[in-house]
Amino acid sequence: MSGGDQKLVEVKDLSVVFTQDGNETRAVDKISFDLAEGETLALVGESGSGKSVSALSLMQLLPYPAASHPSGSIKYRGEEVVGADERTLMGIRGNEISMIFQEPMTSLNPLHTIERQVGEVLAVHRGLRAEAARKRVLELLNKVGLQNAESRLGAYPHELSGGQRQRVMIAMALANEPRLLIADEPTTALDVTVQAQILKLLKSLSREMGMAMLLITHDLGIVRKMADRVCVMNHGHIVEEGETAGLFDNPQHEYTRHLLGSEPKGKPLTARDDAPEIMSTDNLKVWFPIKKGVLKRTVDHVKAVDGISLTVRRGHTVGVVGESGSGKTTLGLGLLRLIDSDGPIVFMGQHIEDDNWSELRSRRADMQIVFQDPFGSLSPRLSVAQIVEEGLLVHGTDLNYDARRQRVAEALVEVGLDPETMDRYPHEFSGGQRQRIAIARAMALKPDFVVLDEPTSALDMSVQAQIVDLLRDLQQKHDLAYLFISHDLKVVRALADEVIVMRNGKVVEQGSSDQIFDDPQTDYTKALMAAAFDLETAPEGVVSS
Amino acid sequence: MNAILDKTAQGKINWEATWIGRFNKARTSPINQRRWRNFKANSRGYWALWFFGVLFFVSLFAEFIANDKPLLVTFEGGIYMPVFVAYPETDFGGDFATEADYRDPFVQELIEDAGGTIIWPLIPYSYDTINLDLPVPAPAPPSAENWLGTDDQGRDVVARVIYGFRISVLFGLILTVFASIIGVAVGAVQGYFGGWIDLIGQRLIEIWSSVPSLYLIIIIAAVIEPTFWILLGILLLFQWVALVGVVRAEFLRGRNLEYVRAARALGLRNVAIIFKHVLPNAMVATLTFLPFILNSSITALTALDFLGFGLPPGSPSLGELLAQGKNNLQAPWLGFTGFIVIATMLSLLVFVGEAVRDAFDPRKTLQ
Repeated sequence: MSGGDQKLVEVKDLSVVFTQDGNETRAVDKISFDLAEGETLALVGESGSGKSVSALSLMQLLPYPAASHPSGSIKYRGEEVVGADERTLMGIRGNEISMIFQEPMTSLNPLHTIERQVGEVLAVHRGLRAEAARKRVLELLNKVGLQNAESRLGAYPHELSGGQRQRVMIAMALANEPRLLIADEPTTALDVTVQAQILKLLKSLSREMGMAMLLITHDLGIVRKMADRVCVMNHGHIVEEGETAGLFDNPQHEYTRHLLGSEPKGKPLTARDDAPEIMSTDNLKVWFPIKKGVLKRTVDHVKAVDGISLTVRRGHTVGVVGESGSGKTTLGLGLLRLIDSDGPIVFMGQHIEDDNWSELRSRRADMQIVFQDPFGSLSPRLSVAQIVEEGLLVHGTDLNYDARRQRVAEALVEVGLDPETMDRYPHEFSGGQRQRIAIARAMALKPDFVVLDEPTSALDMSVQAQIVDLLRDLQQKHDLAYLFISHDLKVVRALADEVIVMRNGKVVEQGSSDQIFDDPQTDYTKALMAAAFDLETAPEGVVSS
Repeated sequence: MNAILDKTAQGKINWEATWIGRFNKARTSPINQRRWRNFKANSRGYWALWFFGVLFFVSLFAEFIANDKPLLVTFEGGIYMPVFVAYPETDFGGDFATEADYRDPFVQELIEDAGGTIIWPLIPYSYDTINLDLPVPAPAPPSAENWLGTDDQGRDVVARVIYGFRISVLFGLILTVFASIIGVAVGAVQGYFGGWIDLIGQRLIEIWSSVPSLYLIIIIAAVIEPTFWILLGILLLFQWVALVGVVRAEFLRGRNLEYVRAARALGLRNVAIIFKHVLPNAMVATLTFLPFILNSSITALTALDFLGFGLPPGSPSLGELLAQGKNNLQAPWLGFTGFIVIATMLSLLVFVGEAVRDAFDPRKTLQ
């Protein structure tokens, strides 16, 4: 290192422009920031604010020539990166600067074993092969806390959980002991409990190796926990920059204050305890058979939902929480009879567990579901009006075209969208707006019971709060019964009167919201709460890794 | 919101407005605009489409280009259009009550002596007109009269190529459309419902596609006299399998998409889900395949014609032209013409197919 005050990375007046079909989009507009050795800097902002693009330009990984830098310079240890030749860049990429991505499933090659994936990095940059490489791979996997690393060397990505895959990704990124690690939303796709573990790992690794970290996230909780300094980005500009503690205590810019104030908050509505039961079940089971042998005999079952009893009353919200794989979504689908289940399901006073598909069809208008992914749950080929009116075509057959448009407009107004936009296509809307469309689709039928399957997980933090408020308003207006499925207890606390904590298809704890949140009885619930509210990890074995 | 209410009050105007709205929407769907741009960006494919389109369009009017009946005859103040109407020879003062043979010098004389005129098409031969005035034994080499010569029965090769091209492409198009409809339907049912239906369907298709289809067609063609439609039916028996695999795969993927689940939660019937939500996804794969299926359909017909098991004798056919070229090596214009026409037609379709593939390639967005 030359000179004490030379920065590791210096970015000055950097702009990024994307050109498509002659249209220019300015993703990043003259941003400047720097990063010292060993320091952790967070780039915070909502999706589309240009934070990922800024990080990718550090490694010149943007799709050039569609992307270009009309202005600015990026200096890595005094050396210019913008416009550098491929040789220089190859020396920097993976060697000096590494990156981990949001989605660990798609970032790993599904056809290569863990050993081969990590070993490949070593072979390319260090020329390590065979035994030497194997030794180093093991060392790295142990370092990132992958349990039973030795026996997992031959495992394929699909055999690992999301958290384990992210650990492998980190091992690959660390293989060459980089000076800078760029972490692009490293925990967004993970459960809260796993998120806490990964964050803890990243923090200890950066301290141990003296590695600088550029953390990209939309979650201010993570920033507060991890970063030394913060840059807040909005529409391609850095609007505020400062030490983490100072910025959180005394935010200067309006946008920062907006971000800080956008955690899901508020209290669930107080509903009458004697409200009529909308949906109830007793000892519900959803077992998927495991078949083996030539005759495909059922040898065992995957007990996705194993004996759950619950009652949802009018105007009430029952929150279902648990790690991924705990059977929350299966429970929701089972209650709506979208998958086969075993056990009584009473909806509006009538047993529906033995109804066939056409008997169920008439009830579908009264029970609806909103899915997690606002991008996957809207057909890209239908306009908003066509999406929202779909249920009306099935259930409101007496409505003519105009009446349906009318109902669509009403539903859109209700979820806070401009009805004039109903002839546009989903891709023209942001994630939050798309989730509103999905809610409008469910609400257009005026249901009594709605299953909300992680409706906020795929959204930015500030948008999550808006959706939660919207859901609460709708509940109040129409006296709806919700089954709210989430792994994020922050959101559940803001909506649910009653909480069911699930693990491996079974109930761990069940009770009123106050009771669960104020006085959790089991270690598992405590661990979920620590992870959600404080980003703290639990002792080993309480939650999955 | 107010705008909507106003529209409802106006009733009829509203209908128009919304229909125009629908039309505009369909026309300006951004994803289709991008596809059309990608298609045009492949200039070879774009021009191939134009070239092929013009050739096909022109060949649809083959009767006006190559025909042994005049386009127009004026005779004693009357105007006759033999292309459209069959006039008996007696109308022109001849002896027979049958349709006039305008190539007969006697009939021509009758008309010209009466001061009438005959306007002939560009090529005064139809596909089955035999040139009886050949100076040499058939097949005659190219000359001013027969631009590409005649075949071994004295029929003009240019006329036969024009009609043959038309029948090949029409046959290919019809076969492709029917094969696609059946293939998409079968693939959709298999992929959407999965399970036993899929398993049994796949096994049946495996058995079916291992049947040596060419021999079967030859045997069938030997038993029943093949006409255009019978031949189409026989080839259809085997051609529909082509699309099943792709469509089935798209449906297997599509039925698990979240918006399909959402549609199910809304209570939509399976048929509605298939047509509205899953099929549009599968159509991309289908459309990409279409030019190549068209190609193989045309080739299948040509091959059968070449072997002599195809269209009824005397039909204009490119395969039959190739067979003549093979049997008359001393007349190379037959083989060359057949080869060039078929090669050009198939190449153009492959170029179009490549451009269609580009158009539907989602990775081609950043350019």
